[in-house]
Amino acid sequence: MAKGMLIIGAGECGGRAALALRDLGYDGPVTLVGDEPHLPYERPPLSKDAMAGDAPVIKAIASDEILAERSIRHIRSVQAVAIDRAAHGVRLSDGSILPYDKLLLATGSLPRRLPMPGLGPRCVYLRTFNDALAIRAHLSAGNRIAIVGGGFIGLELAAAARRLGAVVTVIEAQPRILMRGVPAEIAKIIHQAHEAEGVKILCGDAIAAIADDGAQVRIALAGGQDIVADLAVIGIGAVPVTGLAAEAGLTIDNGIAVDAELRTSDPDIFAAGDCCSFPLAVYGGRRVRLEAWRNAQEQGALAASNMLGAGEAHAAVPWFWSDQYGLTLQISGLSDEGSKVVRRDLDDGAFILFHLAQDGRLVAASGIGPGNSVARDIRLAEMLIAKRAKPAPEALGSQTIKLKSLLAA
Amino acid sequence: MSDWVEACGADDIDEEDVMRFDHDGRTFAIYRSPDDEYFATDGLCTHEKVHLADGLVMDDIIECPKHNGRFNYKTGAARGAPVCVNLRTYPVKLDAGKVLIQIG
Repeated sequence: MAKGMLIIGAGECGGRAALALRDLGYDGPVTLVGDEPHLPYERPPLSKDAMAGDAPVIKAIASDEILAERSIRHIRSVQAVAIDRAAHGVRLSDGSILPYDKLLLATGSLPRRLPMPGLGPRCVYLRTFNDALAIRAHLSAGNRIAIVGGGFIGLELAAAARRLGAVVTVIEAQPRILMRGVPAEIAKIIHQAHEAEGVKILCGDAIAAIADDGAQVRIALAGGQDIVADLAVIGIGAVPVTGLAAEAGLTIDNGIAVDAELRTSDPDIFAAGDCCSFPLAVYGGRRVRLEAWRNAQEQGALAASNMLGAGEAHAAVPWFWSDQYGLTLQISGLSDEGSKVVRRDLDDGAFILFHLAQDGRLVAASGIGPGNSVARDIRLAEMLIAKRAKPAPEALGSQTIKLKSLLAA
Repeated sequence: MSDWVEACGADDIDEEDVMRFDHDGRTFAIYRSPDDEYFATDGLCTHEKVHLADGLVMDDIIECPKHNGRFNYKTGAARGAPVCVNLRTYPVKLDAGKVLIQIG
């Protein structure tokens, strides 16, 4: 009898992988193991829409009915503690051992911890739905919220907190917000939007000390300022969850290292989503690790397919979005691959920056504007990037030339 | 039942493109296919209520601008994660250069 497919991690990636196995016609056992008490759910709303209402609600990827109907066994609130590669089994924190024919590690990432003393109960991180519930309870009119880190999670949360009337200060050690992966021209628009909404942003200042007395947090900056808050939310990046894989002797390289088919150094074990680093074909096999919802979804599906022997190589172009106030930012590709930028202005102040490599190849596009004004062109840019196209810079910059026409060329 | 409503002029939409049409508190998406036929669906994605008219039309697929959920706009069929609920479609006819849709 088949031991079946075992998935460790029941987030976007693991959840999608389980569903994909059934979509692809696999009829053996499928088991999904998660350490949270909830159904598999989408995390992006946790820093956005989930904060807007009175109480965050779970946006489940699959209901109990769907999981039952598709014979997906979902084990909640347990951790995987060890992989026995020789016996093809995984031991769980409840002592049970689950066998597998193929194993998928979709263990995700965890918030990077702020490595300093003084943190207490009023210093929190956002990763899970329960984290979101705890943070939401503090977002009320007049409450003081300090956000440590001017990255996406921090800024989205800052926007949500402002909407609820909180007094928000963002502290960023780098000279500007969104240093990683977002062009300065676009970061500036976001910075201005936050300031217009009343968020105080402090860049280029390091934290010298933190004191949390359980009722409030005092953050002393190296520049001499003291920020006092009712809650400090720390959003300084994420680290891949690799402990289980490392202890099993799998190769780790900025995440669980996988090949183009998402296979680890053990041919029966795959890894996908935030926890893995993989070769990105569109940039000549450059090894990257992505912390992004769509990547988690796509890699979950790709891993499922390859666990069934499809032998399909990863070919997607990275894509990412963020919503803050009425603005949406979308980025496809990795802008650090580019050496030249061409700007295309759209209606309503929206614009797109096209990033071109030395040889003229389009390697990334970053856009920002109200609502979904940049979505279509970013999607077309993504297809151009995937085709390794070298569109004429004049055409990219001209509002009157449709991007779709460049795709056909 | 025969409540045909004028949505737009036939030339208002390019081939292989989509346009938003709001009527009586509802929102629709009107499509012109690459082979020059017209179609209509509900205007909002079934995943997170995003206007599909901001999305990209490729052949007979409309892709949601937010999370890339895909639908066949001719049949309304959901065609890939994250969408799993089909899109409602509406009959369309052309009359004197106008696109009319039948809102049931």
